[in-house]
Amino acid sequence: MTSTDNQPANLNRPEGAQVKREERLAAPNRPTGRPGSSAHPLAAALKDSVIAALLVAVLGFFFFAIRTEIAPGGLDVTTRWMLWIVSILVVFFGRLLIQVFILDEQSRGLKIAVSAALVAALTAIFVINSSPGDRIGSVIFGVLIGLAAVGLVAAFAHFRGNEKAASSIAVPGLGKWLGRALFVFALVLPFFFTYFFPARDRQFIDLAILIMTYIMLGWGLNIVVGLAGLLDLGYVAFYAVGAYSFALLSTHYEFIGFWVALPLAGILAAFWGVILGFPVLRLRGDYLAIVTLAFGEIIRVVLLNWYQFTGGPDGISGIPKPTLFGLEFKRGEGGFADFFGMDYDSIQRFIFLYYIIFVLAILTNIITMRLRKMPIGRAWEALREDEIACRSLGINTTNTKLTAFATGAMFGGFAGSFFATRQGFISPESFTFLESAIILAIVVLGGLGSQIGVVIASVAMIGGIELLRNLDFLQAVFGTGFDPTQYRMLIFGLAMVLIMVWKPRGLVSSREPSAVYKEKKTIGADMVAQGEGH
Amino acid sequence: MMTDVTSMPAQGGTLSSWDDDPVLTVEHLTMRFGGLVAVNDLSFNVGRGDITALIGPNGAGKTTVFNCVTGFYKPTEGRIVMRHGRNVPESLIASVTNSGEQHHHEDGSGVFLLERMPDFMISRRAKVARTFQNIRLFAGMTVLENLLVAQHNPLMVASNFTIGGLIGLPGYKKSRAESIDKAVYWMEQVRLIDRADDPAGDLPYGAQRRLEIARAMCTDPHLLCLDEPAAGLNPRESAELNELLQFIRQKHGTSILLIEHDMGVVMQISDHIVVLDYGEKISDGDAEFVRNDPKVIAAYLGVEDEEEVEEVLEEDAALAAGKSVGEAPGEDSPERPLGTTQTDVTGDESGPVPKSAELDPIPPAAAASAAALGEPADGPAADAAQTPMAGALSTARDGRPDKLTRISGIGPVNEHKLNAHGIFHFDQIAAWTAEDVKQAESYLAFDGRIAREDWVGQARQLAAGEDTEFSRREDRKTSPRDPNGKGGAK
Repeated sequence: MTSTDNQPANLNRPEGAQVKREERLAAPNRPTGRPGSSAHPLAAALKDSVIAALLVAVLGFFFFAIRTEIAPGGLDVTTRWMLWIVSILVVFFGRLLIQVFILDEQSRGLKIAVSAALVAALTAIFVINSSPGDRIGSVIFGVLIGLAAVGLVAAFAHFRGNEKAASSIAVPGLGKWLGRALFVFALVLPFFFTYFFPARDRQFIDLAILIMTYIMLGWGLNIVVGLAGLLDLGYVAFYAVGAYSFALLSTHYEFIGFWVALPLAGILAAFWGVILGFPVLRLRGDYLAIVTLAFGEIIRVVLLNWYQFTGGPDGISGIPKPTLFGLEFKRGEGGFADFFGMDYDSIQRFIFLYYIIFVLAILTNIITMRLRKMPIGRAWEALREDEIACRSLGINTTNTKLTAFATGAMFGGFAGSFFATRQGFISPESFTFLESAIILAIVVLGGLGSQIGVVIASVAMIGGIELLRNLDFLQAVFGTGFDPTQYRMLIFGLAMVLIMVWKPRGLVSSREPSAVYKEKKTIGADMVAQGEGH
Repeated sequence: MMTDVTSMPAQGGTLSSWDDDPVLTVEHLTMRFGGLVAVNDLSFNVGRGDITALIGPNGAGKTTVFNCVTGFYKPTEGRIVMRHGRNVPESLIASVTNSGEQHHHEDGSGVFLLERMPDFMISRRAKVARTFQNIRLFAGMTVLENLLVAQHNPLMVASNFTIGGLIGLPGYKKSRAESIDKAVYWMEQVRLIDRADDPAGDLPYGAQRRLEIARAMCTDPHLLCLDEPAAGLNPRESAELNELLQFIRQKHGTSILLIEHDMGVVMQISDHIVVLDYGEKISDGDAEFVRNDPKVIAAYLGVEDEEEVEEVLEEDAALAAGKSVGEAPGEDSPERPLGTTQTDVTGDESGPVPKSAELDPIPPAAAASAAALGEPADGPAADAAQTPMAGALSTARDGRPDKLTRISGIGPVNEHKLNAHGIFHFDQIAAWTAEDVKQAESYLAFDGRIAREDWVGQARQLAAGEDTEFSRREDRKTSPRDPNGKGGAK
């Protein structure tokens, strides 16, 4: 095929920060990076870092160094000089590292020198902060943390340097293998945790259930936002409809258990998807986003205020747990453990819940992948590319949009009823706009339309937030008065901003064609339209 | 798969052949935007099998007429009637109009009142397809996907509105394979088969125009509306476009309505020209009539400059004549006024064209475009069908031809063409000299491709029983046209 040399040349058009870097690389006097700067390559980088550190010094003086506290008899000024100095140093070395490794690629010797300085400084900070008897430990800790930071930046720089090669050659195969590896890991995940982390298995499996729920929600929303290109800011409404459908049905009618209510909840959510679909059919762009946002809020406010029906802010409790063909996960006679002659363990119920959401999520994925290759899925994508062209080809855009909303909503409804049965209690508090925003962030961060991207983004976002709860080691850097959990969301937000600067179209931004004649070629993100409201 | 040829183009008969058997009738069409009258009381006919051009200065309301015909605008007043089948009685049209229905159809014939139908129904039921002035392709989808989207409606029915397809019913698989065959057919006609898996947005401009036409044709239209199809094309590309339009009209019996600014193209290919100015029709007739109509000249260049107008039009005519030399073998007097010759030319061409495109060893579009590329008229391109290629055999040895598609660059169509010329085996291609390659290229209408893809080298390897990387991939495929690439090149 001639096609190999017909590969889209602009598959990896530089975006964001990469543009800047390539401009610099293209500049004639490469070592110094900037024309007219001083002769020594380090000087420019140092100057830049000093300016950044000074900025932090000025700003941080009021935020970190001085603190007023209410004391008996008036306000009392306390100082936290250590925190102030450390934050200045962190910014100084961070900026220097970025300068040396990423922005102005410097010589090897300089990189080593800067890295050594950083490691030394970090070690010194640890040593000063630690108690006298703990010096050796803190030296090791400081060196390790310093090397880790340098390694991270170097790896980032290296990866960016190889990005062209990596994304055009390795990624297609990599995506497939990554998907398979993740699938196998997800399949054995509960046993992996019960075997290797018996003390914390409940916590980890619970987290896995949560991540899996968000993966399913992300995949559901991906149909609407990623494939059909309709920005939906109120997706949580369908999650809520699913959850309340199941909760109300099961608490009012004895005979309706989880497995009966699950399809009903999906159908009801799909119905509400169509209800939402109608008013937004004619809307485009920002207006579409605003109306879907309003819809999400309307559902929540109705749930909150219709006290007789939904219990209002009290919520609904006593939602039955799912059973395995009638076997309940309970202690004693007639339970799951008793039936199979095992010892009762509360973890069994969590493992069962995990597999329910795992199967539901995989089902969502399989159906979505199949739909993409059906005429309707292709029409969704065509709708995202050009609605007017769709109509000129005889595609009923009204029905096409409504099916996208209904299908996405149905999966949201499934996930909602799972949420209800897992929690055993639901209230409108669980269905705030923040949930919609997180699901949308997962889809956008993963890359619109990408299924594996949603998985990576869910693990990073939901897992990442949880991981950031365990930041006690930062106390060693900033002193014992520092409460890392307070900075959890700050760090998380910063990470998201960085990812979007690095990959503006999400982690997996290329598109796989739904039909192949001779040779499958992934389509670069710059070709693919983003639909309405982006 | 294709629309049968229901009618041949009107032979150069009476002036008003389009009035005898119109496929589309626009009656008293008026379109107002607030106080602005974009189109005022416009009536015209589009003849069955004709190429009808709608011309006029900028802002004359041409695109508005298009948007009314294709349902993107609802006209303020007027009736737009689309007829399927010959001789639809006026009484039927009147009764449909009075009944308040949108359309009426029974086996083979139908009446569609386009002003009453929503846009997507016009494409789906009345079979009117269109392209856009500013190309509207699905840029992030591949060429193949673009053509599959165009076959959405039959595929939806075949997949039982997704349900049957989702659970994998065999009926859907069959029609999916058919839809890919159809897409492949059109990709071959517009010479995009080699770029089937590239995103449409990556194609060069001329190829995008061709793809848009192919996509419209995938909806099996009875009437194809083209909004400035030659805009932005170079002379060679617009000559190719002419060939493509002639091919569509002759092989598929599709009537064509086009808006065009390029007078060379218009005068050369149109059977019937309607001229608009300020939303009103100022002239209606064949090219000769329109070209000499003083109202048209006045509208285009102002009343005072009649002398200049003549000059400009002469130049256009000369240009068009120069272009048409290659594809009008019957024409012996290029200085003849163009408008009068056009019907004759098409008449000449429609004679030797075989009825079935499938069996035709050289699609006329390909052969003629090779000629239009500046090959000498008596060169290999013109008589390739008669001259056997080097080392040609009458049949394959032992009746077992080699699978030529194992050579990278040879698809099923080229294999077919080569077989038609007695090339059945790898060793035949392996023995090609540079001269032979040139001859084959000119007749397959590929300039330089055979050498670039090294067919000869590949054939040598394959003839010796070795495998190339491509042939191994090709052999692994269970079916080369499997759309999901299952078992394909993974």
